[in-house]
Amino acid sequence: MRAWKFGDNIDTDAIIPGRFLTIYDPKELASHAFEGTRDEFAKSVRPGDVIVAGRNFGCGSSREHAPHALSGAGVRFVIARSFARIFYRNAINVGLLPLVCGDSDKIRDGKGISVDLDHGFIESEGARYPIEPVPEFLQEIVNAGGLVDYAKDLTEVETCTGSRR
Amino acid sequence: MKGNLCGGMRPGIHPPCKSRIIWNDHEYMNFMGRTIVEKIFSSRCGRGVEAGEVVMAPIDAAMIHDITGPLAIQKFREMNGGRVFDPKGVILLFDHQIPADSIPAAENHVYMRQFAKEQNIHNYDLREGVCHQVVMEKGLATPGKIVVGADSHTCMYGAGGAFATGIGSTDMGFALKFGALYFRVPQTILARVNGSFQRRVGAKDLILSIVHDIGADGATYQAVEFAGPTIRDMDMAGRMTCCNMAIEMGGKTGIVAPDETTWAYFRERSDVAPVPLQSDPDAHYSEIRDYDVTGLAPQVAVPHNVDQGVDVGVVAGTHVDQVFIGSCTNGRFEDMAEAAEVLGKNRFSDDVRVLIIPASREEYLKVLRAGLIERFVEAGALVEAPCCGPCMGGAIGLIAPGEVSLSTSNRNFKGRQGSAEGKVYLCSPATAAASAIYGEITDPREVQP
Repeated sequence: MRAWKFGDNIDTDAIIPGRFLTIYDPKELASHAFEGTRDEFAKSVRPGDVIVAGRNFGCGSSREHAPHALSGAGVRFVIARSFARIFYRNAINVGLLPLVCGDSDKIRDGKGISVDLDHGFIESEGARYPIEPVPEFLQEIVNAGGLVDYAKDLTEVETCTGSRR
Repeated sequence: MKGNLCGGMRPGIHPPCKSRIIWNDHEYMNFMGRTIVEKIFSSRCGRGVEAGEVVMAPIDAAMIHDITGPLAIQKFREMNGGRVFDPKGVILLFDHQIPADSIPAAENHVYMRQFAKEQNIHNYDLREGVCHQVVMEKGLATPGKIVVGADSHTCMYGAGGAFATGIGSTDMGFALKFGALYFRVPQTILARVNGSFQRRVGAKDLILSIVHDIGADGATYQAVEFAGPTIRDMDMAGRMTCCNMAIEMGGKTGIVAPDETTWAYFRERSDVAPVPLQSDPDAHYSEIRDYDVTGLAPQVAVPHNVDQGVDVGVVAGTHVDQVFIGSCTNGRFEDMAEAAEVLGKNRFSDDVRVLIIPASREEYLKVLRAGLIERFVEAGALVEAPCCGPCMGGAIGLIAPGEVSLSTSNRNFKGRQGSAEGKVYLCSPATAAASAIYGEITDPREVQP
């Protein structure tokens, strides 16, 4: 489980460039992840590896191909100081867990890393760093394994108006 | 939770607690001490809603296009979607890869055409232009509506007073099934703009300077409300340019309070009647920022982030290989007229590929009828049919390693317009036209007719 360290403002064009957006298969998307900006990622990433980044990870386009490209590579967790809003929702919806960690800058590229969700911390090079819990309203979606599994058996939802749709 | 008209309020601020009241879409005045965004959610929920609350809100319209649409449809099906919530509430079109530039793109179009037919959704197909412009000009995102789009620049519709935000394909699958979606009602940053622009300086320069000021993530999870005399005097095209780029600060939406300009725009496009919808004087903003455009110079965002804006003078003289005038940000008639005014009787440099792409069929016709297409073609430009153009980064107009693109679009990320070893600079239509004449980044204020 190695950490792949990235900087601030990693945009979704970097995660998966526009020319690959006709692809929808996560594994095939994974083979183009970070193509042109960090080519060794797709070549060397192993299932269970963790992305660690700075501020505003996943900014830019709403393309859901981005979290799919990462989950297709076997990545389960993205740890960042902060996330762009659409990427954050997309990741949770497709079962890739975005974790906010104020100390993400202390993690070093290529080092071993583990995530302890039950106790709310990540561990690397013998040090532990706390992670923030996922907002309550999204927790149910996380628990279901993503929005598809959460929604597929629902026939209606209760809206804020009290009406059912 | 539902229907508690007087509960959950901020201390000291209370809405009128009437014993019997029928809420409808237009009773915004009944919610006091609130921002426009809070009023829209309050109105749609039928109770007072405040920033920070998470609500499952009904949505009025949902937009899908040829890139994110196929995946949204797939997710809709995986969710046992059956029928969409309202065929009339779904806007379906193609704009990113049109006409189909590859067999997979053509297959995506076929897949979406079949879905439209099966669900009885009107299919604009590839005829109308760039999604955001089409939603606006068809009057599908009128003031007070909640609109979602499977594209990050959906935030543009706030220019017409809607709450509109970009979502991913899975959220879109959910929205298509239920006609509702979870939202955390955002706080609002108020950008108050004063002053008059210098000649050949305008909305794009303003928004680039605001993005530079607030930063690439400075508005994350928040709405950005544009207000003040400069915005009041701004046409719809300029307001769309500003709201379009709210996402470049991480914003959930950009929004402008509807006024006479807004209602005039929608008068011929929908049957919506004017209603008072504006933030209250005592509304709570997360931040208020004041801007004065009086001395604002043309702005250029340098590679590779949108918040890297500088005065044009800082990068003047930079060689450019391609100039793109178009996109949902700056592909309207007003933008083309601005470019044509700077062009005057000049010619574009033979060392530059100039791509001009109106944002929609309607805008294309306006530009055509005004004689501007002829002028651009005479000057050496390539004029393409309405589409996203080079900003899609995978269809037409890509740049090679080492090349420089100067673009009126909204993103200059590495690889956005082709090679990750190329560079994209962002600017206004005036700066783009001036630079296309000389083959290098040029201050439009210095161009002679």
